Amino acid sequence: MSLDTVAIAQSTPENKQPFAELGLKPDEYARIKEILGRRPTSSELAMYSVMWSEHCSYKSSKVHLKQFGDKAPKSEALLVGIGENAGVVDVGQGYAVTFKIESHNHPSFVEPYQGAATGIGGIVRDILTMGARPIAVMDPLRFGPADAPDTRRVLPGIVAGVGGYGNCLGLPNIGGEIVFDETYAGNPLVNALCVGVMKHSDIKLAKAAGAGNLVVLFGAKTGGDGIGGVSVLASETFGTGGSTKRPSVQVGDPFVEKILIECSLEIFAEDLVVGIQDLGGAGLSCATSELASGGSGGMKVALDKVPLRDPSLSPEEILMSESQERMCAIVEPHKLQRFLEICKKWDVTVTAIGEVTDGEHLEITWNGEVIVNVPPRTVAHEGPVYNRPLAQPAYIDVVNGQKVTLPILNSASDIKAAVLKLAGTPNLADKSWVTSQYDKYVQGNTIQSQPDDSGMVRIDESTHLGIAISTDANANWSYLNPYQGAKLALAEAARNIATAGARPLAVTNCLNFGSPEDPGVMWQFAETVRGLADGCLEMGLPVTGGNVSFYNQTGAAAILPTPVIGVLGVIQDVRTRTPMSFNVAGLDLYLLGDTYEDFAGSEWAFLNGERVGQSPTADLAREMRLIELLLEGHAVGLFKAAHDLSQGGLSAGLTEMVLRYFVGATITLGNVGIELLSESPGRVVVAIDSNTALTLTGLAEKYSITLSKLGTTGGDSLIINECVIPLSELRTAHTSTFPTLFG
Amino acid sequence: MRIGVITFPGTLDDRDAARAVNVSGAEAVALWHADADLKKVDAVILPGGFSYGDYLRCGAISRFAPVMKLVIDAAGKGMPVLGICNGFQVLCESHLLPGALTRNSDLHFLCRDQEIEITNNATAWTTSFAKGERITIPLKNGEGSFQCDDQTLATLESEGRVIARYVGVNPNGSRNLIAGITNERGNVVGLMPHPEHAIDPLTGPSAQGLGFFTSILKAMVK
Repeated sequence: MSLDTVAIAQSTPENKQPFAELGLKPDEYARIKEILGRRPTSSELAMYSVMWSEHCSYKSSKVHLKQFGDKAPKSEALLVGIGENAGVVDVGQGYAVTFKIESHNHPSFVEPYQGAATGIGGIVRDILTMGARPIAVMDPLRFGPADAPDTRRVLPGIVAGVGGYGNCLGLPNIGGEIVFDETYAGNPLVNALCVGVMKHSDIKLAKAAGAGNLVVLFGAKTGGDGIGGVSVLASETFGTGGSTKRPSVQVGDPFVEKILIECSLEIFAEDLVVGIQDLGGAGLSCATSELASGGSGGMKVALDKVPLRDPSLSPEEILMSESQERMCAIVEPHKLQRFLEICKKWDVTVTAIGEVTDGEHLEITWNGEVIVNVPPRTVAHEGPVYNRPLAQPAYIDVVNGQKVTLPILNSASDIKAAVLKLAGTPNLADKSWVTSQYDKYVQGNTIQSQPDDSGMVRIDESTHLGIAISTDANANWSYLNPYQGAKLALAEAARNIATAGARPLAVTNCLNFGSPEDPGVMWQFAETVRGLADGCLEMGLPVTGGNVSFYNQTGAAAILPTPVIGVLGVIQDVRTRTPMSFNVAGLDLYLLGDTYEDFAGSEWAFLNGERVGQSPTADLAREMRLIELLLEGHAVGLFKAAHDLSQGGLSAGLTEMVLRYFVGATITLGNVGIELLSESPGRVVVAIDSNTALTLTGLAEKYSITLSKLGTTGGDSLIINECVIPLSELRTAHTSTFPTLFG
Repeated sequence: MRIGVITFPGTLDDRDAARAVNVSGAEAVALWHADADLKKVDAVILPGGFSYGDYLRCGAISRFAPVMKLVIDAAGKGMPVLGICNGFQVLCESHLLPGALTRNSDLHFLCRDQEIEITNNATAWTTSFAKGERITIPLKNGEGSFQCDDQTLATLESEGRVIARYVGVNPNGSRNLIAGITNERGNVVGLMPHPEHAIDPLTGPSAQGLGFFTSILKAMVK
């Protein structure tokens, strides 16, 4: 194919262009022509098509996401907010922490191992790009039914990919989720969270300032992998049949990324960059236009200088390639020499491909001929914005109007059967088969990881300062009521931080939904964002950034609305954290919080095939009082253990506690069917020394939190009223599920 | 007392190994794979990780690093060398230790707290332990299955050169449950599990891994 230059584009206005094949709508194509005053060149068309994709431009979600800014609570902790590669939070002692979740759902369905691996790779580069050393990853995952044949194809590959990439980078995996539901059968969710730490002064931004400064590309060479990944894969619904989209999935090389991390951190340490951006979705199109748009606006790039793995690539392909492990830096000319030296030390390929210019045009040449000449803001930040129609789907009134009907537990054998069933159901069963494939020890700072309520890492060995992170979502509640579902997920994540004694500080999110072109899905999304923004405002937690993944549906069937909420907290001394369970007998167990008949959206209802009813209503004021109670109790060393109750209710919570250190408990309940299986939010089980009961009572009164005695720890069974479950039997039920399913 | 910790491209546990050295009371000295001298260290640790991405075979490229020539020479003269995980693989590829580490028998990466029994406490790296002492330290690798031919195995066993064995279920298919071995002289030790991740119960399953680092301190002071 011959080269399409700006000059040719001007002289051939009527040339037909494949905008639809590249995922652009006719009106979007018309707008590009209006912006440029001519037809775009094929390279420009390639750039706009990837940058205006749903994945990159947030065109359907933008109007809603605005609320995170409009309703932002006052926070002194927020150093960098939404819009950069990742938000940055002040955690004290001069440290800043950056964290973010991203989705890699569609690639992981097409090619589970590489899809998941490059999901980790991409989010790690986002964190690195802020100037931070990545210190941990987490991975919330969702799959079709555990026993479905395709889950056996997808799950082992995704788990191996998360592990294969993360382990090789030397990043401890400190938590995540694994949930099964039939709606994820054709759309597994692979969300990846990374957290990094730096000093305040080390924060880097994606901006190209200073005319004459150099645009430097470093890292892996550019190949033909992942071309159109964001536009073709991430922004469309999979049909049945059709050609395989595997060439659109990137292929990762974690070794190159590890080298790139160390090389970049050395470059940052010597203050050699003005701005930096990683090359992820939309590759060079994204990096050049975002850097230019974030800076003064002008940039010249000689595309033929880009080092290629495949010399036959066309300029359009180079601009769209999503080859992994690449970074783009803006470097002052007098610092280039040192920059090159550090790259040489790490054997990293590095090339100056252009320079920052005065003016407001991004100009890209190919062997001297101008193939791109665009205002970069129109590519990167001023893409189309859609206010898509939304309407409450018909199912809402139907399901909300029905009541969950469940078998009632009467006898001791009923109780035992229910506890064992919940202990072994795939959503609640022991996940060691998965987590033992992840390195949790590397870097030597992991304080908590799966199956603890939150992941916790130490960030300063001398002061013992640490951070905790939890990610949560209850898609069943979001399905019944997306507004409440978002608030409840936020509350749960914050509670999971506080049980360990860490104070919640900031929020990130990954919003996984079906097609935005379906008004019902769009309504779910809008309600979710409204709920999350309201919830964050009420709890005083700023949203630092996030990710939207649309088009998670096969044909007409969308996934459950799945907002994965991540909350970051800080703990002054990790040595004092409250563990999630007890390892001694003779402690008293109490329940904090109220238990109602909350079965709608519960695991018990799910197991009985019921997805109806009304979700609980989030009481965030009470949640905040509960968090303060937990923090105050932690500060005076009251709690020997504290564990959040969520999916599976008290039954699952007790199972996890007694199996953690294999110390049993004797529990007395009144209305056992409700108290054991209800999933009322805002509840925590705590273990204390019996002689500190007055302190706990005092705190419960102070914060107006209902307190009830559950029983005591000890023995080799979990005893609930007259029902005795030997721990060995409970452990077998809990731990055999995954090995049986996945080998 | 200076203990070198080598960083190859792709090494991951170098900072952890250095921390363990410092906690045990010695001074950790960073060595780079391209270094042309050993910076007057008294002993060397090859830490875990994925040096050179484990390409070709684990450790197969690292053995050609410039610093390894110096390590091989020094080991021949009796300098204590400890290879942990990927470091063990590098030592095997360098022929400082016999055998090879192959993929775990279930083909999965495995990270877990592993009980091992110290079966030789006479090496430079194991004198802090009692013979038969059982300790729990992390095991984390994808290719930790120790394999060698029958004659090598017989030699290792008869000469008491198996320094640690897995207790309980064989986690990775290693022959004779071998978790670590030493050379004839007892100065070079390869160990699959990670003692550097067990120096503080706060961040590891125990502090029992410290014994490897205090052992070398004792060996040097003598």
